[in-house]
Amino acid sequence: MDLSPLWISLATSLTATTITFIAGLTAAVWRERYTGPAMALLDGIFLLPLVLPPTVVGFLLLLLFGRNGPLGKLLLRFGATVVFSWPATVIAAAVVAFPLMYITSRAALEQVNPELLQAARTLGASDWRVFREIALPLAWPGVLAGTMLSFARALGEFGATLMIAGNIPGRTETIPIAIYFAVEADQMQRALSWCAVDVVISLALLSGLYYWTRVQGLGRARGMAR
Amino acid sequence: MALDVQIEKKLPDFLLNVAFSASEAPLSILGPSGAGKTMLLRCIAGLEQPGRGRVSLNGRVLFDSDRAIRVPARARRIGMVFQHYALFPHRTVAENISFGLHDLSREEQASRLSALIARTHLEGLAGRYPRALSGGEQQRTALARALAIDPEALLLDEPLSSLDTHLRSQVEAQLQETFTAYRRPTLLVTHNIEEAYRLCEQLLVLSRGRVAAFGPKEEVFQRPPTREVAQLTGCKNSSRATMNADGSVEALDWNCRLRVKQTIPKAAFVGIRAHHIDFLESMPVGATSENVFPCWLVRASETPFRITLYLSLRQPVAQATEYDLQAEVFKEKWQGFRSRPYPWHVRLSPDSLFLMPE
Repeated sequence: MDLSPLWISLATSLTATTITFIAGLTAAVWRERYTGPAMALLDGIFLLPLVLPPTVVGFLLLLLFGRNGPLGKLLLRFGATVVFSWPATVIAAAVVAFPLMYITSRAALEQVNPELLQAARTLGASDWRVFREIALPLAWPGVLAGTMLSFARALGEFGATLMIAGNIPGRTETIPIAIYFAVEADQMQRALSWCAVDVVISLALLSGLYYWTRVQGLGRARGMAR
Repeated sequence: MALDVQIEKKLPDFLLNVAFSASEAPLSILGPSGAGKTMLLRCIAGLEQPGRGRVSLNGRVLFDSDRAIRVPARARRIGMVFQHYALFPHRTVAENISFGLHDLSREEQASRLSALIARTHLEGLAGRYPRALSGGEQQRTALARALAIDPEALLLDEPLSSLDTHLRSQVEAQLQETFTAYRRPTLLVTHNIEEAYRLCEQLLVLSRGRVAAFGPKEEVFQRPPTREVAQLTGCKNSSRATMNADGSVEALDWNCRLRVKQTIPKAAFVGIRAHHIDFLESMPVGATSENVFPCWLVRASETPFRITLYLSLRQPVAQATEYDLQAEVFKEKWQGFRSRPYPWHVRLSPDSLFLMPE
C-alpha cells in the first residue's frame, strides 16, 4: 500500500499547525491590546474560516492565489505557483485551523490575572518578557489545547484542500482526500484502512493530551504541597 | 529623597485630584473604600495614565502631561505590593523574588536573593510555590519581590487587609521593621485607622478623590481640619458649634456650653473622641463643674474588652434611640458605674475637645 497520504498529511498538519500557532497566538496577543473601532470587524475576519463552508474558503483562496489573484501574481514574479502544489495543502489547512488557535489562546490569555502582568512590569520586565515568562506559561494549558485542536482540524481538512490543492497522488493527496477518492473508485478496503489510520492518530493525540495535562497538573499540585 | 505627586484623573463617580509629596517618612493614605486610593497608587506606579499632572521621584520626571512625558512602569523603579500580592503562581518563592534581578549576574542574583530572604524571614521557603504559603508568608514574598529591584519608592496597597486577624500584628511588626530600614518614600494605602497610625508618620486622608487632610499623623488626629476628616479618623462625636464672646463654645446639637483650650477664629463644629469622655461619680461643685453634664444611657454595645455607651444629654423618653454622645470605656471601668442611678455625669475635658472650621 502506498503510504504517501500519511506522510503528506502529517507534514501538512505539522507545518500548518506551526504557522497557525505563531499566527494565532500573535493575533490573540495583539487583539487583547487593541481596543480600536475595528474590533468587531477584526474578530469577524479572524473567525470567518470557522463558520464558512470549507469550499467557500477554498474558492476564496483559489481567487487569492490563482494566476490572476493578487497573491498569485506576486508569487509568479518570483517564479512560484502555489495552486495545486504541496504548499497549497498547508495554506488551506492553516487557514481553516487558524480560528481555533486564535479563539482558544485568546480565551486562555484573558484568563490570566492582569495584576500579575502589571506586577511583572513594575519589576522592570519588557513586554516580551512579561509575555514569555508570565502570560504564556499561565495560559499554557489553553494555548496547548488550541494547538491540539488546530492540529486535529488541519489533519481533517478536506474541502478547501481539494479546491486549492486538488488530488495529486504523492504530492497533494492527504488522508481525507485519499479516502474520498478511494470511495469514489469503489476501493472500500483502501478507504477503510485510511479511516483506521485517521482514528488511530486522532485517538493517540487526544489521549496523549489528556495524559500530558494530568501528569502536568499532578506535578504542579505536588510541587505546591511540598 | 522625595516623591512629588500632582495628579488629576477622571473616575466614574468623581475627579481624582491629588497633590502631595512624600520623603523618607512613611505616609499612610487613609480613606473609605472607593475614595480613589488604589487608583492613586496605580497612577504613581505607571499602571494607569492620569489625565493631567506631574509625578517626579528624586528629581526624575516620571509623568508630565504638559511635556508629554510618560515613563513606562518597567522603567520607574517603583516597588509595588498589590493588595492580593499578585505572586506568580507558577514560580517558586525564590523565582518570584528574583524576577526583578534578571539583568544581574548569576552570583549577584544569588547573593541578593539570600539577603532578601533573610531580611523578610523566608528562610526554608525558597522552593515553595505561592499556593503552599500562609497569608503572612505570601505577603513577605511580595514585599521581598518588590524590594528586589532596589526601588526608589515603595507602594503598598492594603498590605494587611487579606490576612487573618491573628496574623496581622506579626506581619505589621515585619512591615514596621522594613520601613525603618528602608527610609525612602513609602506610601501605604489602608482603610484601617489604627494600622495607618501605627505604621506611618505622615497621614493623607483621601475622600472622594481629593485630599481632605495631609500632615504629621498626630496633628491630623488631634486637630482634624474638618468634620469629615474627624469622622474618617474615627472620631464618633461632633456637634455644630458657635463661638461665644468669652471664648467658650456653644455646642448646638448637644445643647450645652463648653470651655475649650484651643480657639480658632471661626468654628463650625466641635468634637471629642469616644475614649476621651470621662465618667464622674457625682456632679462636682464650683469651678470643677465646668464641662460636666448629666447624661442617660440609651444603649450599649460590647466588644471583648471595651464597651461603647450611647448617651443622651437629656432625660430620654422611653424607647428612645436618639443619642448625643458615644463613649468608649474598658469593661472593668464600666462594671464600676453601670449600676449607679441616673443621671450619670460625663466630663468633656477642654484638653480633649477640638474645634473644626468646616
